Amino acid sequence: MFAIIAFGVPAFALHHDEYPVLMPPLSEGIFPCSNCHAGLEVNAKKRKLKDEHTNIKLHHAENNRWCLDCHNPADRDKLKLANGDTIKFTESYLLCGQCHGNIYRDWKVGIHGKRIGYFKGGKRVYFLCVNCHNPHDPKFKPLKPEPPPTKPERTYGR
Amino acid sequence: MEDRSHTRREFIKMMSMGTVAALYLGSSACTKDKAEEFLQKNFREMSETEKKQVIRRLEETYLRKYGKKFRISTRPTESGVLWGYGLDLSRCIGCRRCVYACVKENNQSRVNPQLQWIRVVRLKNGSLINLENAEHYYNPETVPEPGFMYMPVQCQHCENPPCVRVCPVKATWKEPDGIVVVDYNWCIGCRYCIAACPYKGRVFNWGEPNIPLEELNTDVHYLGNRPRMKNVVEKCTFCVQRVRNGRYPACVEACPTGTRKFGNLLDPNSEIRYLIENKRVFRLKEDLNAEPKFYYFFSA
Repeated sequence: MFAIIAFGVPAFALHHDEYPVLMPPLSEGIFPCSNCHAGLEVNAKKRKLKDEHTNIKLHHAENNRWCLDCHNPADRDKLKLANGDTIKFTESYLLCGQCHGNIYRDWKVGIHGKRIGYFKGGKRVYFLCVNCHNPHDPKFKPLKPEPPPTKPERTYGR
Repeated sequence: MEDRSHTRREFIKMMSMGTVAALYLGSSACTKDKAEEFLQKNFREMSETEKKQVIRRLEETYLRKYGKKFRISTRPTESGVLWGYGLDLSRCIGCRRCVYACVKENNQSRVNPQLQWIRVVRLKNGSLINLENAEHYYNPETVPEPGFMYMPVQCQHCENPPCVRVCPVKATWKEPDGIVVVDYNWCIGCRYCIAACPYKGRVFNWGEPNIPLEELNTDVHYLGNRPRMKNVVEKCTFCVQRVRNGRYPACVEACPTGTRKFGNLLDPNSEIRYLIENKRVFRLKEDLNAEPKFYYFFSA
């Protein structure tokens, strides 16, 4: 579902709730989930998915977890907290914060994560956890660095 | 005494006539713009009307030179603001996205000379302060590399800036909001400030700057990212053109790991105050007593 985590700035979607967050980087055309799931029977059994969502490789405490621990079985357009509350995809920080409490605390004050735009006199947008971390495989992936500066002796002195 | 061919009076007379003649010839030989530029005052001594004239002249010059309409701001400091910067060393992966975002935002020369205001330094784990072993030409396939950490260094906007003290013509100074700026038109290119800076935060235009026309940023500040000329010093300005309009600096927005934090040190609710009060913080070369406003911290 969160197949591709894009680093470019996705469309600003500011319908907000508690924090002015970006839209989660949902794969194109996949939302609302109820388009497909509304007519499907809920199968809570842990299994290898063969027909849909085959691109998702769960690598996030996968031995103890399955789709429906976070995705709400009754209404697939929502996420589910451990206490049974359902939340929107744009509030997914609540879900992540259940386990990663200290990171969530830092995120709320702007120390973990990223904010862009205007801190004064304009729109400020917070990146959601999932804008940088793929929730199914959250470890931050290595990047190719930009080129190093040119060594001076190569440029000067002809 | 009587047989001296020139008296003092005659000497002075000749000298003054000579000066007048030289000025006349000089001004007729160069354009009005050049003469105005030559007579331009230090930015801090300009009146509001003089600033407007200078801005108009510069905008015309840039239009002629680059074929683009520039908007040059002279927006001053707001009261109750002292900018501070935070950099999370436990998050930086050394990808240099900040370096290139800065180059683009601030119209730095791309090649010959290649000028960059941010230098990302690679250090071995466990030898953080040992800058003698720092490497900034690292170029692996991917970052972060195991066993290393990365520390971007740029102008630290010292409260007690050594670069400002050594400038013989007062072409560089600290603004009331704490940003250390350069009046490029006043700079004589002596580079004393480069020698004085303990952070290598300043760079010099050894040649005429080279900027691809299509990449020019035309939204500029007089004391910030307006195009520079040969023989002047330049440096990070915390993106003065952005932050005085309430916008995050370009490096903060470019960082893919959220390493960079920016805010008002005088605002108790700002991100920067939170991290200073709650995280492990240090300032680079604190012992030099330059009082930098650039706080390195560890969030994890």
